[in-house]
Amino acid sequence: MNNSLKQQRLISDLLVNGTLLLICLVWTIPTFGVFVSSFRTRDDITQTGWWTIFTNPTTLATLNLDNYSNVLTGKEYVYKSPSGEEKTEKGPNLSMNFINSLTVTIPATLIPILIAAFAAYGFAWMNFPGRKIFFVIVVALLVVPLQIALIPVLRDYTKLNLNGTFLAIWLAHTGFGLPLAIYLLFNYISQLPRDIIESAFIDGASHFTIFTKLIMPLSTPALASFGIFQFLWVWNDLLVALVFLGSKPEVSVLQQQLQNLVGTKGQDWHLLTAGAFVTMFVPLLVFFSLQRYFVRGLLAGSVKG
Amino acid sequence: MWLIFIWLRDSKASKPVIAVVAIIWGVGGVGLLFVISNWVVEQLPMKWMRFLQPYVFVGPALAILSWYLAIPTFRTLVLSLYDAAGVNFVGLDNYIFAFTDASMLESFRNNSLWLVVGTSMSVILGLLIAVLADRSKFETIAKSLIFLPMAISFVGAGVIWRFVYFYKPAGQQQIGLLNAIVTAFGGDPVGWLTVRPWNNFLLIIILIWLQTGFAMVLLSAALKGVPSELMEAARMDGATEIQIFFNIIIPYIQGTIVSVSTTILIATLKIFDIVFVMTNGLYGTEVMASQQYKQMFKFQHFGHGSAVAIVLLVAVIPVMVYNLKQFREREAF
Repeated sequence: MNNSLKQQRLISDLLVNGTLLLICLVWTIPTFGVFVSSFRTRDDITQTGWWTIFTNPTTLATLNLDNYSNVLTGKEYVYKSPSGEEKTEKGPNLSMNFINSLTVTIPATLIPILIAAFAAYGFAWMNFPGRKIFFVIVVALLVVPLQIALIPVLRDYTKLNLNGTFLAIWLAHTGFGLPLAIYLLFNYISQLPRDIIESAFIDGASHFTIFTKLIMPLSTPALASFGIFQFLWVWNDLLVALVFLGSKPEVSVLQQQLQNLVGTKGQDWHLLTAGAFVTMFVPLLVFFSLQRYFVRGLLAGSVKG
Repeated sequence: MWLIFIWLRDSKASKPVIAVVAIIWGVGGVGLLFVISNWVVEQLPMKWMRFLQPYVFVGPALAILSWYLAIPTFRTLVLSLYDAAGVNFVGLDNYIFAFTDASMLESFRNNSLWLVVGTSMSVILGLLIAVLADRSKFETIAKSLIFLPMAISFVGAGVIWRFVYFYKPAGQQQIGLLNAIVTAFGGDPVGWLTVRPWNNFLLIIILIWLQTGFAMVLLSAALKGVPSELMEAARMDGATEIQIFFNIIIPYIQGTIVSVSTTILIATLKIFDIVFVMTNGLYGTEVMASQQYKQMFKFQHFGHGSAVAIVLLVAVIPVMVYNLKQFREREAF
């Protein structure tokens, strides 16, 4: 009896872990394949599958960082075309797009946090005419698809001559991120203990002082959670960048450039694979170092139902 | 401030310098806006200050929300009743186009497929993985691996999956994983992304790959909230694990399942990048958001583009109403 129970447990353990392992493999292999490919030579990528490094370990020696230096520096590289002649092509300069992506993403993350934190405090701890109706509007806007805004805002930008500027895309991302930001930060800030704020008031602190000296430091976990969200969302965004930054190469961000590579040089796998990982580097870094905050943010957001 | 903006726009200074100046200018500018407007208001008589200060706090947020979301909703509604350039009133013509044009009907069909298959599979797989991980010793690492794609952009995911679906004519060595498997079993390679209507499912798999981690994290947290006494009691009464799952766990985490499904549903409704990068809407894979983009930029038809956007908006109105109802029931406000 006891023995058969043990056996049963063993089988179910095996079943659980086995299935889980299988799912994890399926989930990881596509990324892993591109990762391996990004170190292979141009010819190897187009002629043999990436799994060759396992079936034929001698090819391990050919792995190198050339693809990365090609996509990052925009220098020219030479390769043999199928017909045998040598061709020279200029690699894309992703390091420029990388800087652009940072220039877009950092303010487009910090500005909405700042504006939303002020607003969340206002909604939570100040009384003013219109408070309720304005907040209802914020809740209503939570699910409005940003597609609704593209045409009108684009027309405004054309009139204001803002198209293709960083300011334009910061404000757009701020606008699209604000409802969630206000909502999440309001949930957090309105739950802070009333006594702290009231005693600060009695000590003669102004709203502004309470906000900057008390609320902001206390809200760091909530600010960080939303910040990670917004950062990943802006960094990974393609649509808003396409619409408001346009195709000017000096402002285009990584996602646009990677999409260009897929479109125009879909066969240049060595550029695509390395480009994909250059694009993913920052999000993966953020993801691994701040995963706990990220998960916490997800859980907080899910309360909205 | 304006001068710096002009300088930033036209300057030929080196890239990193511009970037740093731009970031400081942008973020600092917004901070300064709050500091200055608050200072001005605090100089006013007490009565005025009391009245105006809340608007210093919420005003900028309200202004931006109005400009970028609230008012555009109405402007898009108006534009959807006008012609391509937004000049002549055409009544409901754009909506007639939206509901009769062959490519639009195709994108409605595909979008429904995305919504049903993409959402249900993400949630079901997420739940399955959450349950398995809960019973496994490798919970943390397994969850990290499944969750990882959440950090990858749609474009990046597109590159990754192109490598899986890649096709080379028969006889050549396949470099796409899927075709390599097919040919290893003696089959003929398939141009996966061109096979209608199945290519839609292959694109949806990418979404499932990206979204399952999200569902898993939330459902896993909900699972941990199911009281273990409840399950122990059921086990004592001789319930099987499967009965426990369907009769205790599922009802217990129902609320989370609904909210996870809604969130994925809304994200799926607006799906754009995957289609844009993988097929650009060719081979019968168009969806609503890619249609909207095409109408707007390729055909420069603002009327059609706006009508499609309004259809997207109408589709989320039930969720909006639900959110507002939930909000009203909360006593916090």
